[in-house]
Amino acid sequence: MSQAALSLKDDPGPALASRPIGTLPVRLTINGEDHALDLEPWVTLLDLLRERLHLTGTKKGCDHGQCGSCTVLVDGTRLNACLKLAVSLDGSEVTTIEGLGQPGNLHPLQAAFIEHDAFQCGYCTPGQICSAVGLIAEGHAHTRDEVREQMSGNLCRCGAYTNIADAILDVMGQEGRE
Amino acid sequence: MIRFDYARPADVAEALRDGADAQAAYLAGGTNLVDLLKENVARPTRVVDITRLPLSGIAEIEGGGLRLGALATNTRTAYDERVQADYPLLSSAILAGATAQLRNAATNGGNINQRTRCYYFYDVGTPCNKRSPGQGCAAIGGVTRIHAILGASHQCIATHPSDMAVGLAALEAQVRVAGPGGERVIPFGDYHRLPGDEPWRDTTLQPGELVTAIDLPPETFPTHYTYLKLRDRLSYAFALVSVAVALRLEAGRIAEARIALGGVAHKPWRRPEAEALLRGQEPARDLFGAAADALLSGAKGQGANDFKLPLARKAILRALEQAAAGTPQSQTDKRIA
Repeated sequence: MSQAALSLKDDPGPALASRPIGTLPVRLTINGEDHALDLEPWVTLLDLLRERLHLTGTKKGCDHGQCGSCTVLVDGTRLNACLKLAVSLDGSEVTTIEGLGQPGNLHPLQAAFIEHDAFQCGYCTPGQICSAVGLIAEGHAHTRDEVREQMSGNLCRCGAYTNIADAILDVMGQEGRE
Repeated sequence: MIRFDYARPADVAEALRDGADAQAAYLAGGTNLVDLLKENVARPTRVVDITRLPLSGIAEIEGGGLRLGALATNTRTAYDERVQADYPLLSSAILAGATAQLRNAATNGGNINQRTRCYYFYDVGTPCNKRSPGQGCAAIGGVTRIHAILGASHQCIATHPSDMAVGLAALEAQVRVAGPGGERVIPFGDYHRLPGDEPWRDTTLQPGELVTAIDLPPETFPTHYTYLKLRDRLSYAFALVSVAVALRLEAGRIAEARIALGGVAHKPWRRPEAEALLRGQEPARDLFGAAADALLSGAKGQGANDFKLPLARKAILRALEQAAAGTPQSQTDKRIA
């Protein structure tokens, strides 16, 4: 059943071993919009977003899951987009920084990052904000220490960590209890 | 990234057929495999995406114990109420590793099958017997800060990077495997192997076999445990040395003891004789020192990692004290109490 759904456009042959390399049909909902895509299996979610859909808010920092700048939400859960093959997410809902808020209608975390001066160069910021959205939804962080630990997957080379934690704690609606 | 074919089986039987080819690789969370594909270290001709297999549950085992589906994520496992209540050592070990994003993607089966982070294994410009059998080992005589002090061979001095696996070793979990020959169960201590003359084999998993679940045994260690991890930064770094301890105390004496080390060998490191020293005894620093010495017997540094010998001994002592006192190491407040 699943194989039929994945048959190559130009090669409906049943034997997997005989399949030539090609594209696969993939359906994704990205920022509320349905996309029917044809993708090679080695395309990462990050490269799909940036290179094909031109959603360049999601940043490529290390491309190895070490910096967190590509963090997006997949079915509401924060993940590193650089370490996901897009084909494996077939049927999922993806939210990027472009889907969280817009100029004039910012997501509370976007507004808080501005309010708390939680960035300098801004390159890590979309990943930081998507990660913080995930963190709040997960509900495991309650103190400043816990926010710092749960945000350790997002590096900031400008070192804005103090203000990033302030912004997140502000949105969480409580003071950090250090 | 290299080119490969892709299959997405719907059940285990289909996955085993798709994965039977020696050049196939199973893809779950992708946090390690996709990285290895980018680095040209993993070169499968086919990626078998097992994410749709019905292996993501966590369920109680009849007669006691807990079955962790191979595709349950590390996050889901660490925060499962039954894991937190009965096997908090496992929860702590999982939360000591990686980041929230990675734990959200990484699965239990993938975690125990992740490859070493030896710099030379990752750098295809240097020789590595694990990556390319017979090439030699650039780590021996090279930069060895993260390498093994126990169980290394003349062919490989890599360490296993998982924290979760160290906790599972201490809990004496079992790995359930499906393969062309049917299902089998592998005691956790027999799952990972030492490098010996075949350093390319991380585990005793046979080609085409697939981990379906990890079983936690009926014996729980709800109180006297700790996972103490020492690393180069306070979060999101692999262990230089880690220690998992689980104790059962009865009338002030140690009735059962488990100690497993991470970051020091090609597999989670246990020694029955070290644990036997503790049984029947009252917790005491001298006793813990004797157990540490037994656990580290024969340890040998590679030069740049000689510091691991005294570090490991002190970490074992402190971890045994934490576990005996019922004051496990926090994975948020990293001060070592």
